[in-house]
Amino acid sequence: MRYFTTLIITTILVIGTLYFANNHLDGYSVMILSNLGIFIILAVSYNLINGVTGQFSLEPNGFVAIGAYVTALLLLDKDSKSMQFMLSDPSPFVMWMHASFIPALLISGVVTSLVALTLAFPVFRVRGDYLAIVTLGFGFIIRIFAINQDAYTNGSMGLSSIPHDANLLWIGIFALITVVVVLNIVYSKFGRAMKAVRDDEDAANAMGVNTFKMKTYAFMTSAFFEGIGGGLMATLLTTISPDQFTFMLTFQLLIMVVLGGLGSITGSIMGAIIVVVGMEWLRFLDEPNLLGFTTDAHPGLRMVVFSIILILVMLFARKGLLGDKEIWDKFRKQK
Amino acid sequence: MIIQQTLNALSLGSMYALIAIGYTMVYGVLRLINFAHGDIMMVGAFSAFVTYSVSGSFSLAVLVAIFVASITGILTYKIAYKPLLDKDAPKISLLITAIGVSFFLENLFNMLFGGIPKAFNYPKFFDKLIHIFGAVTPLSSIIIFVVTFIVLLVVLWFLNKTKYGIAIKAIAFDMNTVKLMGINVDFLIILVFIIGSALASLGGIFYAISYPSIDPLMGVLVGLKAFAAAVLGGIGSVSGAAIGGFILGFSEIFVVAFFPDMAGYKDAIAFFFLILVLLFKPTGIMGIDFERSRF
Repeated sequence: MRYFTTLIITTILVIGTLYFANNHLDGYSVMILSNLGIFIILAVSYNLINGVTGQFSLEPNGFVAIGAYVTALLLLDKDSKSMQFMLSDPSPFVMWMHASFIPALLISGVVTSLVALTLAFPVFRVRGDYLAIVTLGFGFIIRIFAINQDAYTNGSMGLSSIPHDANLLWIGIFALITVVVVLNIVYSKFGRAMKAVRDDEDAANAMGVNTFKMKTYAFMTSAFFEGIGGGLMATLLTTISPDQFTFMLTFQLLIMVVLGGLGSITGSIMGAIIVVVGMEWLRFLDEPNLLGFTTDAHPGLRMVVFSIILILVMLFARKGLLGDKEIWDKFRKQK
Repeated sequence: MIIQQTLNALSLGSMYALIAIGYTMVYGVLRLINFAHGDIMMVGAFSAFVTYSVSGSFSLAVLVAIFVASITGILTYKIAYKPLLDKDAPKISLLITAIGVSFFLENLFNMLFGGIPKAFNYPKFFDKLIHIFGAVTPLSSIIIFVVTFIVLLVVLWFLNKTKYGIAIKAIAFDMNTVKLMGINVDFLIILVFIIGSALASLGGIFYAISYPSIDPLMGVLVGLKAFAAAVLGGIGSVSGAAIGGFILGFSEIFVVAFFPDMAGYKDAIAFFFLILVLLFKPTGIMGIDFERSRF
């Protein structure tokens, strides 16, 4: 009962705040908050496979790209598609597919998680750093396909004038759903099995946990929400191109997850807030006259700072902000 | 045509082989994928670029590149890996720091030099056209192959015949026993990083000569492909890394030569190999079974 009360109160609070924010804040803040919502979706779902299940994978940029492209192609209408595809004629399938906003997002989530299911078979035969490299390779391959399959993705030109359907309210609702679903998984029988896989795969296997199945469940769930996050990103930005889905995106998610603590869902939310807000706040670092010096340095200091932060966190505070605990566990301990 | 493509493949393969050796040696001693290795190659290429435009001496440029890349390699080990290894941190933490270092180097050079590819100058002498068996090729591709071959022989001689080389091979089998034998393991690991980084910087210079432009992200894809080559050859084995590098070079060149439609997917070949190898023969061609000799 307490669970449902908390859930309902949180939902009302979040939706109320977002409704207020959507109508009363200026466009810049709404944009940052929307961005934050998408990154919360991505970071939380990435943490499910990386932190909770302990399978260090580096493919989210690929999954986000799939979600973004599927949503974009579903939302664009026929005229717009035939106008945009310049490199080659769009395939009949692309012309045929069409859906409205919410179905489009759900379809892209399902497609992405099906891709994850097919990837799971080769990928989860290896562990540790091999897994990282193979998934990184898949992230690259998905991008290479996005660049080369002109008939489906319009190649390096990308897609533009995607209907701007996502507003802050929708993004917030999806972020809330993601967090609630992932938290429920973490506290369920599946979540315990996933944590067992992380802590000692052989022991979990010996205890009768089907480790491959658990990894695949986590991977597919994570991919589902990453696909939805990608779809929301496409409708928020209204243009997508393969350049948006480089390893850089995965790196940002990785910082969020590591900063908040691998395995902590609330930690990932905090990580997302720190990184998204920090990215905006540190924008002054990229300006040409920093601290009174007018340099001809090129923008990039922001990312240098972030990579140093990542290294320092790993060297001196490996557990991140919350370790693998949730924020309420911390409060409970202090009592 | 075949001879022409073979020559191209040899020079591309040499580049992959040089970089793959660094991966394979570091993996041999630390069981760690040195994510920053591709970026050390980029550091080498940029050092050569700067030195050559300042001094105009190409041999000095090569020496400076090797020196700067080795220093970068040592610092990477000392700052990013050693503290975690001493704390006995899980492998994943090391991997995350490695990614952090890689991103740091990329963005640092992006900040210093800008992201736009820079034209790489080199002595005109590399461009001299050579006729072999009816094929025409720039002298550079011959030099790249010959230098790589010599370097490979030297590294193999070093690992198999010298005291230090044998000690490095011993670390790969059992680090703790090597420590008990009174051998300075830390020094040897640094030596491995120096060798790997020096070879990577040579690879970087060769890359810059073959595609005469350099940019801060040049190391990412080449590094990943070279890693795939190292796994293909059997990670931990130096000759395996070289073989893997040449196989990858040949496949990329010949796929593009015979199936021009597939040219866009050239970069995916390495990962395709990687996945195939991991699925069917995870120890690679010259496989060393690390599962049985874990330290």
